[in-house]
Amino acid sequence: MQIPYEVTARPDTGVNNAKLGIWLFLASEIMLFGGLFAAYVFLRIGADAWPGMMIYGTETMAQRADQILNVPLATLNTIILIGSSVTMVLAWAALKMDRFDRYRLYMGLTILLALAFLVVKGFEYGDKFDHHWYASTNNFLGIYFVLTGLHAIHVTGGIIVNAYFWGPGAKLWKRGTPRDQAHFTNRIEIAGLYWHFVDLVWIFLFPMIYLI
Amino acid sequence: MAEEMTLEDVKRHVKTYLFVFASLAVLTVVTVLVSYLSMPFVPALLVALLIATLKATLVALYFMHLINERQVILWVLLLTGIFLIAMFILFIGAYADQEAITSVSKWFVSSYVA
Repeated sequence: MQIPYEVTARPDTGVNNAKLGIWLFLASEIMLFGGLFAAYVFLRIGADAWPGMMIYGTETMAQRADQILNVPLATLNTIILIGSSVTMVLAWAALKMDRFDRYRLYMGLTILLALAFLVVKGFEYGDKFDHHWYASTNNFLGIYFVLTGLHAIHVTGGIIVNAYFWGPGAKLWKRGTPRDQAHFTNRIEIAGLYWHFVDLVWIFLFPMIYLI
Repeated sequence: MAEEMTLEDVKRHVKTYLFVFASLAVLTVVTVLVSYLSMPFVPALLVALLIATLKATLVALYFMHLINERQVILWVLLLTGIFLIAMFILFIGAYADQEAITSVSKWFVSSYVA
């Protein structure tokens, strides 16, 4: 069955169904992360001390998040994620310019940068576990692991989708018909919207969790 | 994007994307440097939120093409924003007026549960 308005705009909404669909999905994602940000605010304003009691050999009151979290590593991860967002949009622009070789390069870079983000995150988590700091240690680490963990799951989802479009999904472009290529370009734009949203969440998460 | 772009449009946009990337990188460094100034909590929070909002706006407008997107998408986002603010108000309100929350929950329990 032919799904209508996959690429062409619906007359009533002015956009194609795929785009309206991803934006509605992103709206639900805003509420998901918004709920957790609200929980963060709730925990923080209700806390006597933030981040609170930690164990560094002996019990110590941590007054700043950077006593617990690695700000330089998180800054590096922020730059990596912003970099992957720009390579994603460049991948889409390459398809618009009919440069499939460039698309492969930029999409490949997007995937590699996303993997680098997860590797850095892995080092960060590993350091916490070495100190025996877990989500159950205190509210600060609880919300830190939930927010960054959920974000990392989103990054993983993005890598899977982007890897599909880098590899087997690109067959659609290689068929060579203008219709198939328009469909493929549209899919990359939709995947890009999701990927930029993942970047956008991190833009708020980074200062809130690590710097304030 | 809402409108179909020509090849020249795309080439022009690529330059904008690179400029936005540079701006985002600079703003990230600024956020980190400001955090080392050890400002009091409220100004530090406001500055961090201001920079984060600026960065998010750049991503949304240019990378996500909201700068020339159709109205239906903007309406979806506006509605989401209203719901998001309402949710924050519920959380903050619950914290600010815990006595009222307690009395409401006691009334609920005595009326419908007990």
